[in-house]
Amino acid sequence: MTEKGASASVIRVVLPQHLRTLAGVGAEVALDVDAPVTVRRVLDALEELCPMLRGTIREYGTGERRPFLRFFACEEDWSHEGMDAELPAPVAEGREPLLILGAIAGG
Amino acid sequence: MGKNRSTALLKFSCDGAGDRGNSEEAAMSGVRVLVGTKKGAFVLTADGTRKDWQVSGPFFAGWEIYHVKGSAVDPNRIYASQSSGWFGQLIQRSDDGGVTWAPVDNKFVYDGVAGTHQWYDGTPHPWEFKRVWHLEPSLTDAETVYAGVEDAALFKSTDGGVSWSELAGLRGHGSGPNWQPGAGGMCLHTIILDPANQQRMYIAISAAGAFRTDDAGCTWKPINKGLVSNFMPNPTAEVGHCVHHVAMHRTRPDVLFMQKHWDVMRSDDAGESWHEVSGNLPTDFGFAIDVHAHEPETLYVVPIKSDSEHFVPDGKLRVYRSRSGGNEWEPLTAGLPQQDCYVNVLRDAMAVDTLDECGVYFGTSGGQVYASSDAGDHWAPIVRDLPAVMSVEVQTIP
Repeated sequence: MTEKGASASVIRVVLPQHLRTLAGVGAEVALDVDAPVTVRRVLDALEELCPMLRGTIREYGTGERRPFLRFFACEEDWSHEGMDAELPAPVAEGREPLLILGAIAGG
Repeated sequence: MGKNRSTALLKFSCDGAGDRGNSEEAAMSGVRVLVGTKKGAFVLTADGTRKDWQVSGPFFAGWEIYHVKGSAVDPNRIYASQSSGWFGQLIQRSDDGGVTWAPVDNKFVYDGVAGTHQWYDGTPHPWEFKRVWHLEPSLTDAETVYAGVEDAALFKSTDGGVSWSELAGLRGHGSGPNWQPGAGGMCLHTIILDPANQQRMYIAISAAGAFRTDDAGCTWKPINKGLVSNFMPNPTAEVGHCVHHVAMHRTRPDVLFMQKHWDVMRSDDAGESWHEVSGNLPTDFGFAIDVHAHEPETLYVVPIKSDSEHFVPDGKLRVYRSRSGGNEWEPLTAGLPQQDCYVNVLRDAMAVDTLDECGVYFGTSGGQVYASSDAGDHWAPIVRDLPAVMSVEVQTIP
């Protein structure tokens, strides 16, 4: 978990089932993230807490979102907003979770 | 790190695999069959009689497990390649013989500028890491393990899989830009360590061919003379061959057997030259090939109908055995389905144990894992209904 600064918020993240099993976490993960709250900062905090998730959500090397995963915030697709775009206030304030979803693909 | 414990433990009796009685030696020793499937890993264990089996798993349920292999130095050290199109690659490690597992690392980054290889249409395509096809633990050090990956490259870890670095001399071989993917991707799927010479190892890539290093992976040479691949513009080119698998007997490291896309081949000079030994096989297309643990001239293949019909011919699942190092083959059918069977057996899905009477094992795309405890004369399924089997390895436990 990140060092909790004066402007840190508790962010809620919902992971796909396989990543919950891999990380040994429940339906939601709570993370301290300093403002401004972005996907990059949330993933940095998540990977610090759960190092086995490194490389499973964003690619090594490029740091980009893996193609079969999507990010949703406040019922909006946040996948293409860029890693450094500020997340909506309800997510940044912990009232709504950031959803990480696996694409429905592969049968 | 999270531990993944077996979620099921089942017992099966395997009575059709020959009747040799329970010698004291056989009862004291045992085998552990490591199975990778499309949807998880399984560990099948039995004592040396190989009659009653315990099945544990699935481990890593829902993930593709391309390969699971144990260390010859420390049999309790087992590595597994876990991957998914969604979440990428993980390496799992067990230090207790497959009872519990923990993810170690998954950072496979090509050394330097990755460069390009040929795409299916012949255009240059950047090297992109996709997954680990094969894990080969060192014969002398439990902490050292090699990984063959797609897009084709060889990685090495000397800390039990915690960190990986590429042996870049292989991709640095001048032919790299001419390598191209086979139907399953451009994968480095075979790694053979020479037990008599730690400097020497062999690898094979689809579709580039076989390569050998004599300096522990610093430099490599293609070893494909004698291979003929009619799908290539130059059928005898130095690289470009779709080698499916290579096998070696530990006492004769200069003798290699190869199942190529088409053709079963043999080399008696460490790969410097090859000659065909397909002989009377009903088809010489296939993936798996292995050598008897105690008879270096006895080998096994599972002929597959063709490259466009990946199942056994005539609806019959037949392992073919040669006791003469190739050319003369006999079908082994006792206990195997001989009608309405249309499964495939993949390249890493056959293995042998080292008990006095050699056991042979293979897994199918239909989820069966078959075992023979008499060198192939009789077979019986250990399990029938696993997910599609991608790999089978066996450990002989003292």
